[in-house]
Parts: sequence; structure tokens; C-alpha cells
Amino acid sequence: MSNSKILANGVDVYYGSKQALFGISMDIKEKEVTALIGPSGCGKSTFLRCINRMNDLIEICKVSGSIKVDNEEIISEKTDVVSLRSKIGMVFQKPNPFPKSIFDNVAYGPTIHGLVDSKNELEEIVHSSLKKAGLFNEVKDRLNEPGTSLSGGQQQRLCIARAIAVNPEIILMDEPCSALDPIATAIIEELIDELRLNYTIVIVTHSMQQAARVSQKTSFFHLGELIETGDTKKIFTNPDNSKTQDYITGRFG
Amino acid sequence: MFFWSLVLIAVGIFSSFIYGRSRIKLNSKKQGTKSKSLPNYYAQYVLMWCLFPALIVYFSWAIFQEQIIQNIVISNFEFIEGAAYNEGLLLAEIRNVANNPSFADGKSVEIINAASQYSSLRQISQIAFYLSIIIIMLLGALYASRKLKPEFHAQHAIERYIQYILIFCSSVAIFTTIGIVFSLIFESLRFFAEVSIFEFLFSTEWYPFIPIREGQTAAEGSFGAVPIFAGTFLVMVVAMCVAAPLGLLTAIYLAEYASQRVRKIVKPLLEILAGIPTIVYGFFAFVSVAPFVKAFGQSIGIDASPTSALAAGMVMGVMIIPFISSLSDDVINSVPQSLREGSFGIGANKAETIKKVILPAALPGIVGAFLLAISRAIGETMIVVVAAGTAPNLTGNPFENVTTVTVQIVVALIGDQEFDNPRTLSAFALGLVLFVITLFLNIIALQIVKRYRERYE
Repeated sequence: MSNSKILANGVDVYYGSKQALFGISMDIKEKEVTALIGPSGCGKSTFLRCINRMNDLIEICKVSGSIKVDNEEIISEKTDVVSLRSKIGMVFQKPNPFPKSIFDNVAYGPTIHGLVDSKNELEEIVHSSLKKAGLFNEVKDRLNEPGTSLSGGQQQRLCIARAIAVNPEIILMDEPCSALDPIATAIIEELIDELRLNYTIVIVTHSMQQAARVSQKTSFFHLGELIETGDTKKIFTNPDNSKTQDYITGRFG
Repeated sequence: MFFWSLVLIAVGIFSSFIYGRSRIKLNSKKQGTKSKSLPNYYAQYVLMWCLFPALIVYFSWAIFQEQIIQNIVISNFEFIEGAAYNEGLLLAEIRNVANNPSFADGKSVEIINAASQYSSLRQISQIAFYLSIIIIMLLGALYASRKLKPEFHAQHAIERYIQYILIFCSSVAIFTTIGIVFSLIFESLRFFAEVSIFEFLFSTEWYPFIPIREGQTAAEGSFGAVPIFAGTFLVMVVAMCVAAPLGLLTAIYLAEYASQRVRKIVKPLLEILAGIPTIVYGFFAFVSVAPFVKAFGQSIGIDASPTSALAAGMVMGVMIIPFISSLSDDVINSVPQSLREGSFGIGANKAETIKKVILPAALPGIVGAFLLAISRAIGETMIVVVAAGTAPNLTGNPFENVTTVTVQIVVALIGDQEFDNPRTLSAFALGLVLFVITLFLNIIALQIVKRYRERYE
């Protein structure tokens, strides 16, 4: 049994006066892929964005409850959001490379966090991150071209490389394949499987097949509540809750 | 006269509308078929055929009547051999006598005759005017009524006419612009026929005073516009030094830091700055800022003149802040939120995100905003007229008096001189230069902004 990496306890989220999450408690294990599934608007992305305090960007969003990352409380005024986010990388629904060169996209994180002392070191980090994201061979001859010139799937892998360049421990993925074609999706899924060895991954997905393929643990959200969480195999073959059963068999959602 | 004719036209189009409506109903009942369009469209069709010919007659009368009558009166006038006449004065006299018979006392027979001819011509013209409006409206209605058959697609015809009307309206603005440009060019050519273009563009002495009458002792003028361009440039640079940082930082604050509530209040307030009449800025520059600049200059040992490039430029800078801040704010706002999230997601703080991601992404749009502001600054008149002075100094010292292109145009056109000497004509050459510069700046700026928009949809 591996260790707890993220421990959520009674997390409530409000958008203005509308409550979006109701007392979510969840235990996310180290170096596993945890998939969050559920119908649209069920709060799975909201929960994901609590983990790296991304909801701070939304003025009307209020988060309460407790989330501990490595036993440290992060839902608190005192939390150092910058170092938290450098520890927790994030990949978004739509690939969002910066309007810079491929190299600078990956170099951005290490530079602002002062992780490198020399140009050579930076180059090394950029190259190794691109390699880990499985993109290096495709772009090694054109690192100076703009990141936006890549295809959608390549852009998404560039964003993954950008996230792992700051050496995070956790990677959050918010529907990373929803804007990609099946081939690019397959490549990313393969990549997720490799990244699992070194990173704790939480992935929000609309595709139940994807959840079944890439994750070890699955959590089912419905109307802002966590209905069921457990081993992926169990959730997909023999769920305890009838709502989960209905959802995975396609009866609603 | 022209008021009552408008009433006549209004009555005409109203009755034509009623006529068209009832006529098409009658016709379709007679044939026992339903008309292709609603009755109102047929009525509008008749109305248009009445209205537009009538308007054409109306305006041609309004434009040409007086001219034609005057020409007839003048050509029939019995000029006395050897006497000198001024045609304009003569006409004014004839008109006075015609309008007010008590002026006739003591006037010559020729003038009284001409005046009575003038009056009778006007009466004839008036009757002819009403008659032709009535006839043309009847003709239009007659033509249109032949089409009032159920199988005629009145709606299509109306759509077509509406399109013509819209094309006409938009071409008014375009042709006016073209007209202005051509008048600028031709008047400038007259100027360049007297002053060489090389002197104008490259010589550094601006002394636009030339003898107007024979025997006047004024020196030969010289028309080197370099000091004027330099003054314009200096004021513009001062203005941008004020407006660029203030405007850009305001935009960053509004777009990235301000809460929705603050933004909602501050942005309109800033845009009010753009609505202040520029002459008011001029007062402000002259009364408040210029003395301050002079005092400041003296306190650091520079002899400042009471009006200076610095005073005018600073106030102009304040004036163009809203251009820069409002446009840049829009541009920064249209940088996709996903880029911000991407940057924050890596652990960048706000300043890093703005500096390294958002500003580079928004840069083309911001450059566009700057260029538009510059073109606004160099075309601005009232502030510099009041606060920059009129002395064509070729200087880089902002504490000195300078003058700008717009100020020199004002100076050249003040007074009651005819457009027949280089001094007044120089206004057109300066205007042309100003036009060309701002045109290019605007084209470049709009291109940049457009390309930027395309990049982010």
C-alpha cells in the first residue's frame, strides 16, 4: 500500500452563493493515477483546481475545508501558493503554449523559479523535460520555432513538458485529451502511464474508457458530491453505489 | 419657399402611399389572385418613386436657382461705358433693392430695372418650382402605378432601392474624404508652384511673411518647414513620455489587478478624459501647467519661456492617456485566460506572468494603440495653439517656445487674406504633410492590431 499524497477532508466550494462542492473527502495515493469522472458540471474540475489553489483566480470562488499535500495544509491564508504550484504541475483542457519559442516555453518555469545557474543547465532541463514528455525527437531541430506552430497533440505534450520542467511531484490534468484526435490521445495516454512511475497524477476526464485505461483509482462525482471512490477495476466492474452503476453503464450523464 | 415645398412633398408621398395601398388591393381583387408581396411594399414602392424624383428637383433648385437668376440679371444689366463695377457689390445692391423697395431712392435706373427683373425672375422660378415638383411626383406615381400588379415582386424592388440608399449614404462619407484629399493636393500644388518642395521639406527657416501689396517693405518670405516638423515631433515625444507609461500601467492595473467593481468605475472615468474639449485642456496647459514649467525651469537654472513644448506636451500626454489605456486594456483582456492559468499553474506570480507572458502576447496590440495615440497627438491643435507658442524654433529643448504643424495652419488661415499667396497656401501643404503622416500611422497601427486579433480569433 503506497502512501497518501493528497488528503482532502470536507471540502466545500461556493461560487458566490451557489455551492459547487459538498464536503468532499478523498485520499489520493502517491505515484498512482487517480481519475475523476462524472457528468458535466458535477464539480470534478472544481475539485482539481482546489488542489493547486487555481480557484484563487476566480474572484467569487470560496473554498473551505482541508486539503493536505504531504501533510501540509494548503487551504489557508498562510500557504505559499507559488511554491505549492511549483510542486503541483497542471495541464489544461486546451493546449495553451505561451506565444514564445518551444525552448522558452519549457524554460519558463525553471527560469522564474531560479532552478538553474547556467545556460547549459537550463538546456539540459529543457531537453530532458521534452524527452520525458515524448516530444524531443519531433522538435529537437526546431526548438526556436514558436510553440503555437506545433500540432494540437504536440502542443499538449509541450505543456506537459513545461509542467514537468519545474520538477513537480504532482501533475493535475484537466481533460487533457478533450481537444485532441484519437491518435494524439493514445500518445498522451501512453505518456501518462510512463509518468506514473515518477509523479502522482490526478486526471479529470469525460471519457470512461480513458479513465479505465490510464488510472488505478477512480472517483465518481455527481452534483457536487463524491459518490464513490476506489480501485478503477472495482468501480468499473462492481461499483457499490447504484448511481455509479448507472453512470458507467451509460444510463445517464 | 423651401419650407412649404417640403410640406408639399410630405403631402405628396403620404397620398402616394395611400394610393399604392388601395390600388394594389383593388387590382388583386379584380384579378382574383393574392399579390406576391404585402400591400405595404407596393405602397412603399409608389412612395419611393414619388419621393426621390421630388427630392432631386428640390435640391437642384436649392443649389442652382440663385446662381442662374443672378447670371441672367447680370447678363441683362446695362453697364455704363467706362465705369468700374464690382460684380459682388452690384449683385448685393440689386438684391437689397429687390427685397426692400425703400432702398430704391437715389439708385440709378439700371439698378432699379435690374432689381425688378430679379424679383419677377424669382417669382417665376418659384411657380416653376412648385409646378415641377407636382409634375415630377405625378409622373413618378404614374410610372410606379403601372407596376402595381399582383404578380410584381414589390418586396424585391424595395430591397433593391434600400440597398441603393445605403450605398448612397456610405458613399457620401467616402466621396467627402476623397474631395478633401484632392482639394488638399491641388491647393498644395499651387503652393509648390511658388515655393520649391525642397525648400519646404529641407530648409530650416520658417518666415512666412511676404509683401501683400505693391511697394510693401516686407522681406521675401521663406518657407522651410523643418522647425515646424521638429516642433511637432518634440511635443509628440513629450506627450508620449507622459502617456505611454501612465496609459500602459493604467491598462495593466485595470486588466489584471483591479476588481470588477473598481474597473467598472475607473474605466468610464478615464474615457471621460477623452471627452473633454481640447480647448479646455489648452486653458489648463496655459493657465496652470505652463507657469509651473516656467517656475520649475528657473529653479533648475533653465530659462523657460511662458509657453513651452513641455507644458503643451505634458497636457497633451494626459489627453491621450485614455486612448492608450483603453485600447491596451482591451488588448490585454483579449489575451486568453488559458495563458494566465498556464503561467500561474507553473507557480509564476502575477508580476512574472504579466511581464513574461501577457505583455509579450499583447505587444502587437499595444504597439498599435501607441501608434494611434501618436497620430492623435500630432493632429491635435487647440492645446498647442494655446500652450506651445508660435515661434518656429529649431530646438530640442522642451522648455523653449516651439510651434507645430497644426498651429502654423491656424496662423496661416487667420485674417482675411485671399488664397492667392504662399503664406495662406502653405496651410494646405502643411495639412497635406500632416494628413500623409497620420494616414500612414493609422494604416500601420490598424494592420498590427488586425493581425493581432487574427492570432487570438
